[in-house]
Amino acid sequence: MKAVETQLVDILIQDRAGNERSVTAEPGTSLMEAIRDNGFDELMALCGGSCSCATCHVHVNPAFLETLPPMSELENDLLDSSDRRDERSRLACQIPITTALDGLRVAIAPED
Amino acid sequence: MTRSGENGIPRYDVVIVGAGHGGAQAAISLRQAGFDGSIAIVGDEPLLPYERPPLSKEYLAGEKPFERILIRPPNFWEERGVEMVLGRRVTSVEPERYRIVTADGMAIRYSKLIWAAGGSARRLRCDGHDLQGVHTVRTRADVDRMIGEMPHVSRAVVIGGGYIGLEAAAVLAKFGKHVVLVEALDRVLARVAGEPLSRFYEAEHRAHDVDVRLGSAVDCIEGSNGKVAGVRLAGGERLAADMVIVGIGIVPEVEPLLAAGAEGGNGVSIDAQCRTSLPDVFAIGDCALHANRFANDVPVRLESVQNATDQAVVAAKTIVGQAVAYDAVPWFWSNQYELKLQTVGLSTGHDAMIVRGDFSARSFSLIYLREGRVIALDCVNAAKDYVQGRKLVVERIIADVALLADTSIPLKALAS
Repeated sequence: MKAVETQLVDILIQDRAGNERSVTAEPGTSLMEAIRDNGFDELMALCGGSCSCATCHVHVNPAFLETLPPMSELENDLLDSSDRRDERSRLACQIPITTALDGLRVAIAPED
Repeated sequence: MTRSGENGIPRYDVVIVGAGHGGAQAAISLRQAGFDGSIAIVGDEPLLPYERPPLSKEYLAGEKPFERILIRPPNFWEERGVEMVLGRRVTSVEPERYRIVTADGMAIRYSKLIWAAGGSARRLRCDGHDLQGVHTVRTRADVDRMIGEMPHVSRAVVIGGGYIGLEAAAVLAKFGKHVVLVEALDRVLARVAGEPLSRFYEAEHRAHDVDVRLGSAVDCIEGSNGKVAGVRLAGGERLAADMVIVGIGIVPEVEPLLAAGAEGGNGVSIDAQCRTSLPDVFAIGDCALHANRFANDVPVRLESVQNATDQAVVAAKTIVGQAVAYDAVPWFWSNQYELKLQTVGLSTGHDAMIVRGDFSARSFSLIYLREGRVIALDCVNAAKDYVQGRKLVVERIIADVALLADTSIPLKALAS
C-alpha cells in the first residue's frame, strides 16, 4: 500500500484545429509537459520549460484563470512576443499541475 | 507505414540520421505536413530523442530526471509511425546507391536522407586527456558519469569559458565544489559576446567563489592510478582536481557526407532549403553550414535548438513539396545562477555596441550594431528587451544610439 496516492488531474486540451481531447496529468509536472507528452505536437516547447522562449503559449478557459498561480514578470514579458496574446494567455510551462486544476480547459494558441 | 526490404536491406522513404532536436523535429514536422511515407531515425546513442540544453543545467543539477527531458514520450514515436534505429552510428553515405551504412555494418536505404547528426564534443589532445574523471558535456552518458563521480569530488577544473563551461561551473559551484574555470583567451564568451557581457559573467562567477583564470592555456592533465589529479597550466602552475570538465566546443559530425563528396568543410554546406550538394540529401542543425541573413549572408554553423528546429521544419516542408526557405532569426538562451541570458540575432561582425540598463541591478542588455543597424541583443534578466528587440533585429532597424541606451524608452517604440 502506498502511503500517498498520486491523484491524477483531468485536463481538456484543444488543438489548433479545434479538436478537444481530455488527458490526465500528474501533480508535480507542468501543464506544458501534460500537453507535449500527450501527443499535441503543435506545442513546440523549445526551451524545455525553463521560461526562456514562448513556444508553449496557451489560452486558458476564463473560468480557470483565477485558479492559476500569478504570472511572473518574465512570463508576462515573453508572452508579449506573440501577436495572439490576449487576457487568457499563459505559458504552459509556468503552470504546475495541482489537484485544484482538475477539469482545466486550455487551447493551444494559434501560430504567430 | 510501409517498410519494404530488398535483399533484406531495410528501406524508408525518409531516413533521418541523428536523434537530437533537429532529427526529432524533422520527423514531427513531416507528419504534421501530412507525409505518410515511412520514416526512420538513426541515432548513435541508445536513447530516444532528448533535450540537450538541460545536460549542463537542470539534468546535471539533479533537478530534472531523464524522463522529463525526453523531447516526446516513448509511445509518441510509435503512434506517429517513426521507427527508431538507436545505438547505431552511421559511418558512410553512399549517395549513388541511396543508402547509409552503420559502424556495425547495417545498411539502410533511403529515398530522402536528412542528416541531423550534430557534432561530438571537442576533446583535449594533451597528455592525460583520457584519464578517468575528465569529462565532456554532450550526451546523457557524459553527464551520468559526472553525476556518479560527484559525491567524491571536492575540486573541479572547468576548461573553456563558453556557455557549456560556464553553465557547468555554475552547477558545480551551487553544489559547493571548489571550482576553477580556465579560459585560454583573455575573456569568457569571447567568440559569442561583447566584452561587457564577458566581464559581467566573470564577476558573477567570482562572486560565487569560482576561480576564473583568463589567458590560461592548459599544458596537460595529470593523474594518478589512471584517475585525474590535477591540471597543469602552460605557465607551470598545477591546479588540483578530482574532476575536469572540458567545454571547448564541438566538432561537426559530417565526415561521412564529405567523404561521399558533399560540399563543405567546417560543416556540410546547405542551401536555403537545407539541401546538400548530394541528391536527395538534406542537412540541418549544428553540422549545417548555411548562408545566414543574420550573419550578413556569410556561411555559418549555428549550434542552437532554434537553428536545429527551424531547419528541420524547412527540410520537412521541402520534402513534402512546400515552397519554403530558411530565414529564421537566431535566438538562444543560457541560465546560470539566477541569471537568464537571452540572445536574439548574431553579434559577430558588429562595429558598435550599446549598453542598455544597469549592470549592478543585474538587468541589462547589450545591443549590437553594424553600419548603424541593430543586428543582435544579449539580454540579461531583461526579457522585455529580448522580446521587443527581436523586431529591431528582424527589420535591421537603424536606431539612434542614445535612444537605444535610454531604458525609459521601450525598444518597441524604436521599431519603425
